[in-house]
Amino acid sequence: MINTKDILETIRMIQDENLDIRTITMGISLLDCCDSDIGRACNKIYDKITAYAKNLVKTGEDIEKEYGIPIINKRIAVTPIAMVLAACEKKDPVRFAITLEKAAQACGVNFVGGYSALVHKGFSPGDRELIESIPEALSVTDHVCSSVNVGSTKSGINMDAVALMGQIIRKTAELTADRDCIGCAKLVVFCNAPEDNPFMAGAFHGAGEPDCVINVGVSGPGVVRAALAKAGDCDLTQVADIIKKTAFKITRMGQLVAREASRRLGVPFGIVDLSLAPTPAVGDSVAHILEEMGLECCGAHGTTAALALLNDAVKKGGVMASSHVGGLSGAFIPVTEDAGMIEAARKGCLSIEKLEAMTAVCSVGLDMINIPGDTPAEVIAAIIADEAAIGMVNSKTTAVRLIPAIGKKVGEELSFGGLLGGGPVMPLNTWSPARFIARGGRIPAPMQSLKN
Amino acid sequence: MRAVVTVIGKDTVGILAKVSAACAKYNNNILEVTQSILQDLFVMIMMIDISNCTIPFTEFADEMAALGEEMGLQVRAMHEDIFNSMHRI
Repeated sequence: MINTKDILETIRMIQDENLDIRTITMGISLLDCCDSDIGRACNKIYDKITAYAKNLVKTGEDIEKEYGIPIINKRIAVTPIAMVLAACEKKDPVRFAITLEKAAQACGVNFVGGYSALVHKGFSPGDRELIESIPEALSVTDHVCSSVNVGSTKSGINMDAVALMGQIIRKTAELTADRDCIGCAKLVVFCNAPEDNPFMAGAFHGAGEPDCVINVGVSGPGVVRAALAKAGDCDLTQVADIIKKTAFKITRMGQLVAREASRRLGVPFGIVDLSLAPTPAVGDSVAHILEEMGLECCGAHGTTAALALLNDAVKKGGVMASSHVGGLSGAFIPVTEDAGMIEAARKGCLSIEKLEAMTAVCSVGLDMINIPGDTPAEVIAAIIADEAAIGMVNSKTTAVRLIPAIGKKVGEELSFGGLLGGGPVMPLNTWSPARFIARGGRIPAPMQSLKN
Repeated sequence: MRAVVTVIGKDTVGILAKVSAACAKYNNNILEVTQSILQDLFVMIMMIDISNCTIPFTEFADEMAALGEEMGLQVRAMHEDIFNSMHRI
């Protein structure tokens, strides 16, 4: 028989420490849905998604019940729509967004990602039209998520795309200003975007992926924090060991769920994403792990070092627990989705500059940050450029998901509800980067040797 | 196929009887039982064979949760693989 202590540990993790599987994401290729007639392309997309994903939610719920582990979201990621749009004679991309929305509702999934364009080296047919349609697409849909890749280590940063995304983010916020600018919570700008990421808003199904695939994202910051709390005042070598062991256990659960979902749906298993994904719920915070390590408040000096340790240990523990690891894999630091980060931002301890430094050592980037509503597009673009530069130079994924709080100032709050949470508008450096952004062009790809 | 039934809560008369009866009702053979008191809480763990369960296991898990609510306890039925995968390499 399995050890009683082990059984109770698992139950405690699920019941008291918010252990869950954050998402089962089905990746579906839409390359075979390309058609010169946009109406026909939309029909093919709807039919393919609803055929492939019709049992996704039910299967997720069955696994949830059978194994007793909550599976919070069931999602779909599709081929970047700009690729499908390229074949259409009439470029009206919002019709694709509406089709994705209908398909998401028909399947009962929480989100569908892939209203995306990959423009790190330049715009191909359809890319610009798709990007320009993002504000409207996100304002007329609820479940569709959008992402744009503007840079990569191999190709540099497309600064024309960066400048454009500054405007697009502002416009998206303006069009959804009546709903706390929620459109921007569904829009992320990447450098080095992964093709198999199961997490939103940045999930899309890359061109190198199979026709259909199951990717799973785990969670569990509360479990890590509880394990550290139990250990008391041990040194940081031991802290890293505890995190590794805990991450191993969390990931094994993800692997089990991924394998089961893949078997039951008859779809190949892709990857388990090892990310520690927080939620606004108390006891499910990455910031609180850093505070458990000994920081008075997340954002204090020492935060970057603590996060680097955490991020690395999560990967080391998780890698052995899963046969295939991918996606973003690391600790997430979405401000409005993390109770500890929200608190730290309210206190003024956590600044955007500190968050930028943190993104150099952790999973994603400047994520879910509310910024003043009067922030000019070029400042948003410059934030994207800074963040993309960190990703490009360090050969890692970085991303920006900022929410300009239209009509609001520093200290006022936005509330999105659910997993997206809410939080205060954070102050920005207001000196102008306008001339730099207006130059456009490309930042060349960086040296990969002589690293210093 | 095996599952683990856990019962956690305040000790009262008839817990074992009621949980065993529910297992028997759906033709689940009890393989092993351990019980103990942990910090004033009654903890019982049962390993059951669900190969011949007369209803889908998801429904059995719902039945056990409902039984727990009735008795003011937490009763969970979970497939054993969740524990095996987490605690065994």
